[in-house]
Amino acid sequence: MLLFVEQCLNGLQVGLLLFLLAAGLTLVFGIMDLVNLAHGSLYMLGAYFAATFTAFTGSFLAGVALALGATLITGMAVEVIAMRRLYGRDHLDHVLGTFGLILFFNEIVRLVWGPEGRNLPLPAWLSKSIEILPGFPYSMYRLSIIVVSLAVALALYLVVMRTRFGMLVRAGASNREMVGALGVNIRLLYTFLFGVGAALAGLAGMMQAAILTAQIGMGENILILAFVVIIIGGIGSIRGAFIAALFVGFVDTVGRTFLPELLKLTLSPTAASTAAPALSSMLIYLLMAVVLVVRPSGLFPAAGR
Amino acid sequence: MRALANPRNLVVAAILIFLALVPVYAQARANPYLLSLFTRIIILAMAAVSLNLIMGFGGMVSFGHAAYIGLGGYAVGILAQEGITAGLVQWPVAIVTSALLAVVIGAFSLRTRGVYFIMITLAFAQMIYYVGVGLERYGGDDGLSIDRRSQFGGLFNLSNRTVFYYVCFGLLLASVYLVWRLVNSRFGLVIQGARSNDRRMRAIGFPTYRYRLVCFVIAGTICGLAGVLLANHTDFISPATMHWTRSGDLIVMAVLGGMGTVLGPVLGALALLLLEEALSGLTEYWQVILGPLLLAVVLFARGGIDGMLASLNRA
Repeated sequence: MLLFVEQCLNGLQVGLLLFLLAAGLTLVFGIMDLVNLAHGSLYMLGAYFAATFTAFTGSFLAGVALALGATLITGMAVEVIAMRRLYGRDHLDHVLGTFGLILFFNEIVRLVWGPEGRNLPLPAWLSKSIEILPGFPYSMYRLSIIVVSLAVALALYLVVMRTRFGMLVRAGASNREMVGALGVNIRLLYTFLFGVGAALAGLAGMMQAAILTAQIGMGENILILAFVVIIIGGIGSIRGAFIAALFVGFVDTVGRTFLPELLKLTLSPTAASTAAPALSSMLIYLLMAVVLVVRPSGLFPAAGR
Repeated sequence: MRALANPRNLVVAAILIFLALVPVYAQARANPYLLSLFTRIIILAMAAVSLNLIMGFGGMVSFGHAAYIGLGGYAVGILAQEGITAGLVQWPVAIVTSALLAVVIGAFSLRTRGVYFIMITLAFAQMIYYVGVGLERYGGDDGLSIDRRSQFGGLFNLSNRTVFYYVCFGLLLASVYLVWRLVNSRFGLVIQGARSNDRRMRAIGFPTYRYRLVCFVIAGTICGLAGVLLANHTDFISPATMHWTRSGDLIVMAVLGGMGTVLGPVLGALALLLLEEALSGLTEYWQVILGPLLLAVVLFARGGIDGMLASLNRA
């Protein structure tokens, strides 16, 4: 039972991390109609920036803050240099162009930081565990990921739904030219929005880097997961991305833990232990295929698309 | 006759003649690496040609085309591991399983459109990828060495590099011819019509779903055959062959060469792999150059290499 609760919390943490990545992706996808495969590269850059700045300043929080700023700026630069020219093009052009960016960023990281991964050491106050229930310790760091991600999700919701900036973003999604004609600098708005998406991806990257390490190509596998999330959730829908991210994080984590046990009930132990890892990795893709077959536009298609 | 002798066709003809003569040159210079490189180019060109059939002509952007390469390869690898090395068994098995996989993937995926189609094909390819990782009996993550290439008795010997090259080249030409015949047939016109306006095609009475599915299966089957060749070429098969970046490579080849023309992907495969080869000789960090180059192709060279050659015609 305790294992189940712990795995649920881990699932929640993985799901929230995925949400941070998927939120930027779904905003860019839903509003600028841009398929950005290079989103995973920004996730990777965030992790490397955090490792470097933390080592440089000697403080975890300062390192993370500087890294967030750096990913924001990188994201905005990428938008101005490359992405801006891709709006309105075919999705295939997006896939190809951003695929090129992935190659570029992976190699730049190899060039600057070398081929080995970088560790992001946690400060003492984050690396202990606390007792959230009597007799049930849980990692302080994972708990803080949950808290931070939830806060970011809430802030994102408030910004998009309750502020002038969010209103302009939503208006720009419906009719870009009209918002421009009303005197809003829509290009700058998009650049900033892209930067925010990049910073969110970077935040997810640096939080993950402290659990694993920052390494080249770390963005690619999780990028595919983030795409699964926004496809299941419905492109352009933050709410859909949130629910789908939690769902995917949950199914993935809990599936990995309990599927082997479940399979042992029906299969021989050896067959179960060989089939289980593959099957649990497949689980979320299966989930996405089922969702798409039943609802070809995802669970929560954003209004007006 | 004059219409045929335009710059584009001359370049294409020169490239085909060049490809036909590669083994002669490699033999003369005693350079087996060159032959191996071009064998690889030809096999991947074949995969890109098959992808182009659905992507360029059918508008179905499959982001999971490498799954068939892996499947064809694993059919050879697994059968060889189990002691069946006869090519006349291995190849048909690979072709039939690729076709069956394409039927399953296509039947589900073709219900969706646009980006959703890109992503659902990717999802299926990822599932196949993880099946490969889970095949512990056949090497799992590390892959599987293939000790003997497919045996064709006295017919021909694939272990001979030159023979193998010409088998691949012949199959590439056959695939190009098949795709060319297909897209110029009534069937191909329906497919292209469905790309432009599916609803209208259905309104005038074509069951486009079935047409598109058949097209998808043909492409998957050709790609499976390319996988058979690739496994025979490298004497090795691993899940890495099916990684999603491999599918990305195939898309890059098709788009770089020029989608919607039959020979474009061949040019694209040649250009991409030769460029990789040249740049990696230049610097260890060659992808720093290749990445932005791809972006530049997307931004400034619409229609790919074939498009540029075709614009020579008009000049």
